[in-house]
Amino acid sequence: MSLLDYFKTNKPSSAAIAKERLQILVAHERSSRNQPSYLPQLKKELLEVIKKYFDVNEETISVSLEQDDERETLELNITLPDEDHFKNLNSTKTRGK
Amino acid sequence: MARIIVVTSGKGGVGKTTTSAAVAMGLAKKGHKTVVIDFDVGLRNLDLILGCERRVVYDFVNVIHNESTLNQALIRDKRCGELYILPASQTRDKDALTEEGVGRVLEELSKDFEYIICDSPAGIERGAHLAMYFADDAFIVTNPEVSSVRDSDRMLGILASKSRRAEKGEEPIKEFLLLSRYSPERVKLGEMLSVDDVQEILSLHLLGVVPESKSVLNASNSGIPVILDEQSDAGQAYSDIVARYLGEDKPHRFIDAEKKGLFGKLFRGK
Repeated sequence: MSLLDYFKTNKPSSAAIAKERLQILVAHERSSRNQPSYLPQLKKELLEVIKKYFDVNEETISVSLEQDDERETLELNITLPDEDHFKNLNSTKTRGK
Repeated sequence: MARIIVVTSGKGGVGKTTTSAAVAMGLAKKGHKTVVIDFDVGLRNLDLILGCERRVVYDFVNVIHNESTLNQALIRDKRCGELYILPASQTRDKDALTEEGVGRVLEELSKDFEYIICDSPAGIERGAHLAMYFADDAFIVTNPEVSSVRDSDRMLGILASKSRRAEKGEEPIKEFLLLSRYSPERVKLGEMLSVDDVQEILSLHLLGVVPESKSVLNASNSGIPVILDEQSDAGQAYSDIVARYLGEDKPHRFIDAEKKGLFGKLFRGK
């Protein structure tokens, strides 16, 4: 029995994998379920504006709308590009000044 | 006023029609006047599962389009006088169903019946939408398998936002989980999601577990709802489900693997 247990703990069962995958997926799908329909369009337009100044793409920006009892929060998250692009960014900024 | 129950799942092939037929028969056998409606326009099968396929003359779409009366289309079950079937049309497409028409038919049925079971088609298109739209209760039929659980969750989102109750801001649809095709042996081996796993993900009130059973195919082969096979595990599971829905306190069964002794292992082993 102990030998059997040893093998069991070494390899997660396929049911355990299924559960984990589902928990992640379902949580993600639930959070996007309550999104207003304008959110994708808003994201697209924001991206276009930001693109003028930063070297960003679809994956580096996330827009989400959180809701609790009292207020709604529009959260905008942009991952800044790596160093090479920072130079660009900095120069843009200096030029801006 | 009738209670309207939708049997739904999102995913196909999980046992919606089997469940609709069994639950409708179970309620009728307990003396409740029940009608079960097939919403799968173009792909009707409820008539076949209930063994009344040769008695279909008029259907749901005919009634909606005033081509027949409701009484002409309703088929009374030969085994239980309290059970009626309203078959789907086989020749029309899903657009033949209208919200106004379905609402009108359900309202008329509500005057005569205690329970109206809406057997939803798979998917989230028009037929499935209208099957759940007017519901008071929803039976979510789920298999312990990733795609079925995901689709069930998607369906829950739709029930919570697109139903009449949601649109009118009324008390939400009561949702119940019905876990079917369950195999306790495979759960024990870690090959299948357990009841607890599925409950943890969907967090629904568990109405019952229907074990994977040969009796389901036997029942559909012969057009007898499986609940009438009182010897079978699946039949008993459905009887429990109906009893629990009606408020009886029945402990859950068919969740744990049967313990086999050495004798059983030697002589009954699969």
